[in-house]
Amino acid sequence: MLEVTLIYGFVNSIILALIALGFSLTFGISGVSNFAYGAFYVLAGYTVWILIHKLSIPFLPAVILSVLFTAALGFLLYRFVLLRIRGLVISEVIATFGVGLAILELFRHLGFTGFEYTLPVFSEGSIMIGNTYVDHQRLWIVGVGIALAIGLYLFTHHTRTGLAFRGIAQDEKTALSLGINSDRIAGISVAFGSGLAAVAAVLILPRGTISVNEGYDVLINALAVCIIGGLGSTVGVVVASFLIGYAQMLTDVLSGPHWKMIVSLVAILLILVVKPSGLFGKQKELEERI
Amino acid sequence: MKQRRQERVDRGIKARSDDIFALTSYREMLYVSVPPVLPVIGLIILPLILPPYWQKVLISTCIFALLAMSWDFLVSVGMVSLGQALFFGVGAFVAGALDRFAGLPIWLTIPLGTVLGGALCTVALLPVLRLRGVYFSMVTLVLPLMLERCIEATGFFGGTEGLAGLKPFASKWIEMYFVAAVVLIALFGFRRLLTTDYGLVLKAIKDNDRSVMSAGINIYWLKAQALFVAGCVGAFCGAYMTHVYMFVGMPAFALDYSILPLASAVVGGMGTFAGSVMGAFILVPLSEALRGIGGLRTVIYALALVVFIVSLPEGIFHYIQRKYHQFERWVEVEK
Repeated sequence: MLEVTLIYGFVNSIILALIALGFSLTFGISGVSNFAYGAFYVLAGYTVWILIHKLSIPFLPAVILSVLFTAALGFLLYRFVLLRIRGLVISEVIATFGVGLAILELFRHLGFTGFEYTLPVFSEGSIMIGNTYVDHQRLWIVGVGIALAIGLYLFTHHTRTGLAFRGIAQDEKTALSLGINSDRIAGISVAFGSGLAAVAAVLILPRGTISVNEGYDVLINALAVCIIGGLGSTVGVVVASFLIGYAQMLTDVLSGPHWKMIVSLVAILLILVVKPSGLFGKQKELEERI
Repeated sequence: MKQRRQERVDRGIKARSDDIFALTSYREMLYVSVPPVLPVIGLIILPLILPPYWQKVLISTCIFALLAMSWDFLVSVGMVSLGQALFFGVGAFVAGALDRFAGLPIWLTIPLGTVLGGALCTVALLPVLRLRGVYFSMVTLVLPLMLERCIEATGFFGGTEGLAGLKPFASKWIEMYFVAAVVLIALFGFRRLLTTDYGLVLKAIKDNDRSVMSAGINIYWLKAQALFVAGCVGAFCGAYMTHVYMFVGMPAFALDYSILPLASAVVGGMGTFAGSVMGAFILVPLSEALRGIGGLRTVIYALALVVFIVSLPEGIFHYIQRKYHQFERWVEVEK
């Protein structure tokens, strides 16, 4: 029993990290709100489904197309909505949340609910770890999740674009004076974040059916991980994912699946009350509270 | 090269009626009194002329107008809430529980639901009053979702089933005129409140909280008071709707109650309360009229919200107000 909890808790934590990476890249690292993140996640899932089942495109090209499509959509969201209200944080949050809400409720209205909306797994089968069965899809999730987390760390610390992402969040004017086009970088950041949402969706969604409500859950989970880890910290994302991941697993085992979602909500509340900049956050520690 | 620019000048009648000279002629008196009298007349006449279905729509329009005003008031004090559903839901559940478990009559459950609901929300948000901007918004976004899950998980207050069979109003006329009266009281009360000295301090907290602090004013106490007032208005909506539906359940924390008031206030224009009411009276009937086409209610609201935030952030009311008070003309500019 303990072993199962440990292994599935680990997988759960990696899933959370995978969900949060894209959101963290946009909101945490470059300081641009994209509260349509959950909607993009669900949208990517439905795009793959439509490409496979309606246009009969093979799985792999469908996945690539969907990731590119979602990233492009992210860039359009930035270009036509976010760019006009850059810097007005509340307006950014409300406008992107509105876009996400419109996408999700449109899918609900069009009747995209039911058991037929599932994505194929990458590979069938399962392996034994100790006495526990773990299917291949979960191994894929763990593998890609770890690779992406390491990749994100290297990207934001050792490439020009990645450093620019962090630069515009830390001090936009200084970044400008160093020749970083902050509008362009912020747009790329939203596009990258949306693309990562699509990657996460393609990996995670095959575990169940695609549902509209998942969009809201994904947004809350991503928000929880980002706020607890601290804005702008890749290490924080990983640590927070493991904290919430195991906490969710424990509540699931001890008191039933109903309570699972409450964990991240309570975690957001607690950390905002106690230490709003998060466990590893360093940016703007003085600005968020008075 | 000649260039032109647009110039805005106050109308003569505006300048004349700003002062005691408003009493010099009927024209000036009408100019001053028509805008505030319009909503009063509208809310008295509308229940009489509307068919039964649209009377129900009027009730929910009034409720969303109230929630939007409550949101607008919080924004005027610098607290941007993304969760009016919290106020609404707490008020609804307090009234529902008082009715079911204590058996209180309706004229007690609504006032008690209002005050207790407002107080409970204030206490729940007290720890995060120190947070500003987007951090406060996140907490308010999360709280109603969390309460909804808690009720689902614990099964308190009827759990997923909710509490049904609560007491209705004595007649539909009392029902309609009651909420219409509350809308008018809130509209004129809030507008008046923000022009008093007390209101000026509240608005100053939004503009520059630190300078208010350095003036020796305890801004947390004031923020808590503002939160209580806004919470009471929101909780009233919940308590009232509980008795209109004769039911209270998890839908009381639905996202609709957070997003629709926000959209109304943004579309109508923030900071004036009249804008919030106007926004609600445009958006709610509009989405109701479009309901025949399909259940696109939330989509329409969300899109209206985005379009107005991006392209007309001042809102409809400010636009109309400007046209009413000022005229515009093009003047030549020498270069």
